[in-house]
Amino acid sequence: SNPFEVKVNRQKFDILGRKTKNDVGLPGVSRSKAIKKRTQTLLKEYKEREKTNVFKDKRFGEYDTKITPEEKMMRRFTLERQQMYGKKSIYNLNEDEELTHYGQSLAEIEKLNDIVDSDSDTEERGALSAELTAAHFGGGGGLLRKKESSGQQDEEEKPKSRKELIEEMIAKSKQEKQLRQTQRESALELTEKLDKDWKEIQTLIAHKTPKSERKDKEVEKPKPDEYDIIVRELGFEMKAKPSQRMKTEEELAKEEQARLQKLEADRLRRMRGLDQEVTKRKPSHVSADDLADGFILDQDDRRLLSYKDGKLNIENEEKEEEEEEEEEEDGGKEDDENDEESEEESANEDEEDVAADSHSDLESDLESEEEAEGNKEQNKHKTKKNEAQNVEELNPEMEAAKSELPYTFTVPESYETFKSLLAGRTVEQQLIILERIQKCNHPSLAVGNKAKLEKLFGFLLEYVGELAALDVPELRTIDKLVQPLYNLCQMFPEAASASVKFILGDAAHDLQGALEAKGHAAFPGLEMLIYLKIISLLFPTSDFWHPVVTPAFIYMSQLLTKCRITTLQDVVKGLFVCSLFLEYVSLSRRFVPELLNFLLGVLHISLPKKQAQGYTVVHPFTPVGKNLELLLVSDKKDLESWEKPNLPLSIVTGLKETNPTTVNHIRLSCLALCYDLIKKCAALYESLPSFHEIMHPIRILLTQHVPVNEYPEKMQERHHSALKELESKEKHYTPLICEKKKPVPLKQFTPKIVKVLEFGRSQGGSRKEQESKLLIRKHRRELKGAIREIRKDNQFLARLQLSEIMERDNARKRKVKELLGSLATQEGEWKAMKRKKRKN
Amino acid sequence: QLPTGLYKKVLVIMHDCILPYMNEPTLMIDFLTVAYGIGGAISLLALNGLFILIHQHNLEYPDFYKKLYSLLDPSIYHVKYRARFFHLTDLFLSSSHLPAYLVAAFIKRLARLALTAPPEALLMVIPFLCNLFRRHPACRVLVHRPGGPEDMSEDPYIMEEEEPSESRALQSSLWEIQALQNHYHPDVAKAAAVLNQTLSEMEDDISGLLELSGYELFDKEVKKKAADVPLEFEQVRGLFGKKNDIFAEHFTLD
Repeated sequence: SNPFEVKVNRQKFDILGRKTKNDVGLPGVSRSKAIKKRTQTLLKEYKEREKTNVFKDKRFGEYDTKITPEEKMMRRFTLERQQMYGKKSIYNLNEDEELTHYGQSLAEIEKLNDIVDSDSDTEERGALSAELTAAHFGGGGGLLRKKESSGQQDEEEKPKSRKELIEEMIAKSKQEKQLRQTQRESALELTEKLDKDWKEIQTLIAHKTPKSERKDKEVEKPKPDEYDIIVRELGFEMKAKPSQRMKTEEELAKEEQARLQKLEADRLRRMRGLDQEVTKRKPSHVSADDLADGFILDQDDRRLLSYKDGKLNIENEEKEEEEEEEEEEDGGKEDDENDEESEEESANEDEEDVAADSHSDLESDLESEEEAEGNKEQNKHKTKKNEAQNVEELNPEMEAAKSELPYTFTVPESYETFKSLLAGRTVEQQLIILERIQKCNHPSLAVGNKAKLEKLFGFLLEYVGELAALDVPELRTIDKLVQPLYNLCQMFPEAASASVKFILGDAAHDLQGALEAKGHAAFPGLEMLIYLKIISLLFPTSDFWHPVVTPAFIYMSQLLTKCRITTLQDVVKGLFVCSLFLEYVSLSRRFVPELLNFLLGVLHISLPKKQAQGYTVVHPFTPVGKNLELLLVSDKKDLESWEKPNLPLSIVTGLKETNPTTVNHIRLSCLALCYDLIKKCAALYESLPSFHEIMHPIRILLTQHVPVNEYPEKMQERHHSALKELESKEKHYTPLICEKKKPVPLKQFTPKIVKVLEFGRSQGGSRKEQESKLLIRKHRRELKGAIREIRKDNQFLARLQLSEIMERDNARKRKVKELLGSLATQEGEWKAMKRKKRKN
Repeated sequence: QLPTGLYKKVLVIMHDCILPYMNEPTLMIDFLTVAYGIGGAISLLALNGLFILIHQHNLEYPDFYKKLYSLLDPSIYHVKYRARFFHLTDLFLSSSHLPAYLVAAFIKRLARLALTAPPEALLMVIPFLCNLFRRHPACRVLVHRPGGPEDMSEDPYIMEEEEPSESRALQSSLWEIQALQNHYHPDVAKAAAVLNQTLSEMEDDISGLLELSGYELFDKEVKKKAADVPLEFEQVRGLFGKKNDIFAEHFTLD
């Protein structure tokens, strides 16, 4: 365009291949553009800055171009109608309520009345109403007069009493009703007939009937009875159709195997502790889209139906499944009682069923519909059938127990309430209670349930500890309670690990306190041993590092090295811990020095007092001291009468029997256990490179010091097998060689290739750095641009305001001038007058 | 002769309450030598006073290292004075003029004894051994012997030998540390695995590890935050319900 309007940005250096955007600018054009834009936007805003009222067109679809005018009018009409239909006043609360009489809505009756009445004589209607009022209100003066007149008409008729009057009235209305009914029936018959005819014709006309006609027909159809609708619906409802085909036995087995293999691989990886940081693992059995809501998928897998020899294969061994069934059955029974039960409970129940499984889900749906109908008969029938189905699996005891137990439980808030809940119940009942607490307070049902159930785990753990700490430990109960513990732990791993860790920490703290105060400590009670055992059931003990298991390892190591051995119970506890250790490492085959030290010590105290040779025992055992010969049995008879009974765990809490024979037998059992443990250790550690050095002291003791010949035969067997296990491993040493260090590569002169993100900028740094730099740069640029725009806006406004002020000032000046001018002329005139007067 | 308890008490305070205030500390030589010869914990305690005499008063103690070597028995990892003993041993072995056979014998013996040690001691002794390897590169054959015999039926090292020079430690390898790589405590296993690689130049600082107690280890583990808690996938069937449960064979729930 005009060369005088063009501004050229001169380049300092010419660079080949560079495209420049801003070498030529048109300042005038762009400025006028900017001003124009501002006048369109900013100026408008500025002018309307103090105006608050806006005109809004709320007509429906006024500016909607997509709607045709007819449609628009239609919509407006419907809207209007809807508004009319809705509640007239928000203060009239009873408006929606429908008043009923004999289950029919009054409004409808009235409507029908009207229809019928319109046909009948209007006058009669009026008379009736008059009579009615007479009956109800005793009649007014006018009415009486009318009656008099009627009485004049037929004088034989006595004046009717009030009662008769009412009776007559009722009879009349009944008659009327009957009439109406017959009319309706006949109309119905007619329509039905018409329908039939229509159907016949329909086949002829095929399906080409215009829509409008069809609609008409449909309108004519009698409105089917509600009951019929439901019956038909029930008939057509899907019958718990399997979504997939049934899996065969083999497929099930294969699936299970694959799952276990995957879990095992996971476990191995953790055991080696190689890629702890690299891969963030989910808890091994939790599926990828688990919502942490406690639905455990693999349990579902197991519940798939399967057939065996043409019979439904119900795995009765699976306790869980049984419980599931019970739960279903509960559902059935509860529905029976639902009428009496409170509303919330039934709601709970429904949701419970939803959780149970699809089949029961369906049932409950049906049932709830039936209930809505108020059809009790069917309901009863249904539940009866349900019971009949499950009656084989029913345990009569369970039945009795259930009849006493309430169906819903709230999660106890404190340990005391929890205890009182379980107090005085049998084990089975306790299990059911726990089950129901879990079901009723499933985390998917309410927000707070998760925290509550997490607490429940802690309570249960405490309860187990208390049971174990009793004078007569209820280990059988604990044995059963392990199952709910496991389930809860699977639901809330974090909370469970926290509470287990808390207990471990407490115990370790007690131990440390005793060590610091007295210099020695005693073994803890049976409850700690049980806790340690439970840990091995709840958590994988083979992990390289595990938040619960590793502390448990250290605690057990402390027990074996720090606790004093003074009584036979201590030995039993120690051997229990040894067994625990062995169980913990049975998969990972990790080396536990304390275990072997302890076993050596136990063997040592079973020997007659003499100077130990060739081996040294370490703390808590001493080569000389008072705990020597704790396991020594010298009575020949006892030696012979012993026949390896299992050690009852209750002796840990208190050894009541003072009968030397039983004590001796316990000693021998301990010794047998020790031999077995040694044998197991030998099998476990045979792959360790210094196996023989590790086992050296034990071997010396076994070969040179143990008086084998005095032992009973079974013990001799154990001794020999242990010794054989120790000596059978061949000695095999290969010199150690360090892993080769990866050679550090020499620096080379090959060019480093970097991806260019933006030309003309520094390219250093990694990709991430470059990206962040780019972002920073963009941000800065945008910021600058925005500031510039704002500044220009302000300038524009300032200009505008200035021009306004100037305009105002000019106007004022002009007015002042005018005024002054007029004043001056006035003055002039006045002076002229004066002068004239003087002249005159 | 003093009773054992009194002996210990005297020896515990010897190095900082008695010797510095004596005009002639050399008078204590006989007492300390006798105490050193008694063996067990008393010898360990006498070591401290003896060290001061050797260090500051020019005491010449014949066969000092041999005696020290014979002090090493399984109990050193379990006694209360473990920290003090290892502190001194570290001092004695810090000289770079010691013959390689001697250091190798010490290393081998300490490693052998470590097979019975608790984890807190192991966490201390493994860096200790690493430091010895750094100070005495000649001993590195213990962990790295490229051209050695392929297969041996016996560990050449003789544990029972009193004389370090006769123990044939230099012909052996540290299989004990290799065994400890399978230790149940993750930190111990990691520390033992360090010897698989070539050692770094810097010495580890073991002063903080000397006083380590089992409870501290426990506390450290308990306080570790875990991102998630792996769970046992095997369904439980009661307290002793695992397959091949050791407990079911030997205990009853009565």
